[in-house]
Amino acid sequence: MAEVLVYVDHVDGAVRKPTLELLTLARRVGEPVAVALGAGAEATAAVLAEHGAVKVLTADAPEFADYLVVPKVDALQAAYDAASAGGSLAAVLVPSSAEGKEIAARLAVRIGSGIITDAIDLEAGDEGPVATQAAFAASFTTKSRVSKGTPVITVKPNSAPVEAAPAAGAVEALAVTFGALATGTKVVSRTPRESTGRPELTEAAIVVSGGRGVNGAENFHLIEELADSLGAAVGASRAAVDAGWYPHTNQVGQTGKSVSPQLYIAAGISGAIQHRAGMQTSKTIVAVNKDAEAPIFDLVDYGVVGDLFEVVPQLTGEIKARKG
Amino acid sequence: MSLRIVVCVKYVPDATGDRHFADDLTVDRDDVDGLLSELDEYAVEQALQIADEADDAEITVLTVGPEDAKDALRKALSMGADKAIHVEDDDLHGTDVIGTSLVLAKAVEKAGYDLVITGMASTDGTMGVLPAILAERLGVPQVTLLSEVKVEDGTVTGRRDGDSASEQLVASLPALVSVTDQSGEARYPSFKGIMAAKKKPVESWDLSDLDLDAEEVGLQGAYTVVESAAQRPARTAGTVVKDEGEGGKQLAEFLAGQKFI
Ligand SMILES: Cc1cc2nc3c(=O)[nH]c(=O)nc-3n(C[C@H](O)[C@H](O)[C@@H](O)COP(=O)(O)OP(=O)(O)OC[C@H]3O[C@@H](n4cnc5c(N)ncnc54)[C@H](O)[C@@H]3O)c2cc1C
Ligand SMILES: Cc1cc2nc3c(=O)[nH]c(=O)nc-3n(C[C@H](O)[C@H](O)[C@H](O)COP(=O)(O)OP(=O)(O)OC[C@H]3O[C@@H](n4cnc5c(N)ncnc54)[C@H](O)[C@@H]3O)c2cc1C
Repeated sequence: MAEVLVYVDHVDGAVRKPTLELLTLARRVGEPVAVALGAGAEATAAVLAEHGAVKVLTADAPEFADYLVVPKVDALQAAYDAASAGGSLAAVLVPSSAEGKEIAARLAVRIGSGIITDAIDLEAGDEGPVATQAAFAASFTTKSRVSKGTPVITVKPNSAPVEAAPAAGAVEALAVTFGALATGTKVVSRTPRESTGRPELTEAAIVVSGGRGVNGAENFHLIEELADSLGAAVGASRAAVDAGWYPHTNQVGQTGKSVSPQLYIAAGISGAIQHRAGMQTSKTIVAVNKDAEAPIFDLVDYGVVGDLFEVVPQLTGEIKARKG
Repeated sequence: MSLRIVVCVKYVPDATGDRHFADDLTVDRDDVDGLLSELDEYAVEQALQIADEADDAEITVLTVGPEDAKDALRKALSMGADKAIHVEDDDLHGTDVIGTSLVLAKAVEKAGYDLVITGMASTDGTMGVLPAILAERLGVPQVTLLSEVKVEDGTVTGRRDGDSASEQLVASLPALVSVTDQSGEARYPSFKGIMAAKKKPVESWDLSDLDLDAEEVGLQGAYTVVESAAQRPARTAGTVVKDEGEGGKQLAEFLAGQKFI
């Protein structure tokens, strides 16, 4: 069976959920070989093996942390060379983070392959893997494939279930030679984000978002309390972010995060096309808005026309009461 | 010394229009009005600010697109760019990101540059990968997804706000920068700017000007094939209730019914 390279997104050895989802998809098209780079790379092996990686290629070097993107491309290319020397390679799969997409894209040109980004599903086809994408703010669903080279495909979070499928997961050191471009862009300093203790926005099963209707940073605690009662992540519309009420990292939409949770709750959000682009594929959509004509109501499974300052606290109270 | 800035801008179908695909599964450009991708306005804005700080700078806006794409160039010129290049050729129809980046790389090299600036993503394809590919092809540092950018003494510095951290970056020119919509509101063209734009030069280049063959671009040169495109079924209308004092409780009841509580 042909191998599939899976790029591992991890923080100091803790593998992020989208990578485990990728392993599920990878098994549909071949045998997953994981590539983990940077500090803690070897520590990822156990969980990757448990989810189907037959091999885990690892490398660490200061370049990965000190320079932007390119060192990781050099490493992924080394993994590609090693894997394709051993036979045919079915695909290279990378999580659709901002950095993941850039790594995948540079690799694709280097190896003379086409690239598909932001796939939401993947299946084996007669002429190679077929990827499903959501286009035009998720109003269209397309199916595409790469027709030249080894398909390079980036996949959005929440595109597949995480499934256990124990495999050998033998760790092998990957030899990487950095090219002249690797040290082109230096990371001078890095300020880590403070953890809120809430789930990661793109990975959360439930997202509660607030918009302009929340009317001030001081009111966002209403959104946070609802989120916490459900174990949800907090999102915001661009209007709320631009007003400085909530951090940009929590923005949902075209220029923010795109989320696809089981449940999305929008409070005080009108549902502009650019916002919908980031949440339209959510399984169940709920909205609270005082304007019955707000476009968000065209999308909802359940909507309440009302003042969020009344409805949201009542909902939070009721959830807490039911959960005891 | 003069700073040569090339800003790549894309002409896209208006996102508020009824966007769809044509029979050959490429973007239907006839039924929806096109415009300068709103996210590329941020790239033009940063170019203007960088040029203001430089002793002497020249801003060229560049697009690869059909005849109408001139509108996008005019908009950028009216914001204050100095000149424009339009790469236009019937054989470009259906070009994917690998082909587009090849054409842009050739055009940028022909134009001459110290700094290339792009938007973070187009508003139609929204891949967000073209900047990285273009940097790869040009062999220059990529300083991408910046929410703050500064050019001084032959170096570019900027802030990249990622998921887990905010990073301060530095690279030497020549370099490629992409900017996000957090980089600063784009200016509106003034009446004076609109009038001045009419006199600014727009050069048209075709594939032969760039030493490219038709086989390298367009649908035939594409590295990807779209097999199908289907409109998502509109979401079936859900229940919408008016809050009459019990709205929160009714919503809780719905969520419990769906097993979210
Ligand atoms: C719905 C849809 C899905 C697509 N999916 C794929 C796919 O999976 N694989 C694939 O290879 N192609 C795909 N394409 C084609 C691809 O989007 C375009 O060929 C291409 O122009 C680059 O990608 P982008 O527009 O997504 O650019 P992005 O990478 O999102 O654009 C970033 C920046 O690059 C610059 N730029 C992009 N295009 C141009 C241009 N023509 N002229 C000047 N500057 C430009 C702009 O500064 C822009 O802000 C898709 C197109 C559409 C409409
Ligand atoms: C290129 C581009 C990219 C963009 N990217 C994004 C993006 O990523 N994400 C994004 O969200 N937007 C994005 N936008 C902006 C988008 O077009 C909208 O402006 C934005 O989504 C509006 O946010 P909102 O719904 O919170 O505000 P509004 O549209 O002002 O809506 C506020 C809503 O709150 C309701 N309301 C007010 N008070 C109450 C109350 N007390 N109780 C209940 N309801 C109340 C109102 O009825 C209204 O419907 C982008 C725009 C452009 C041009």
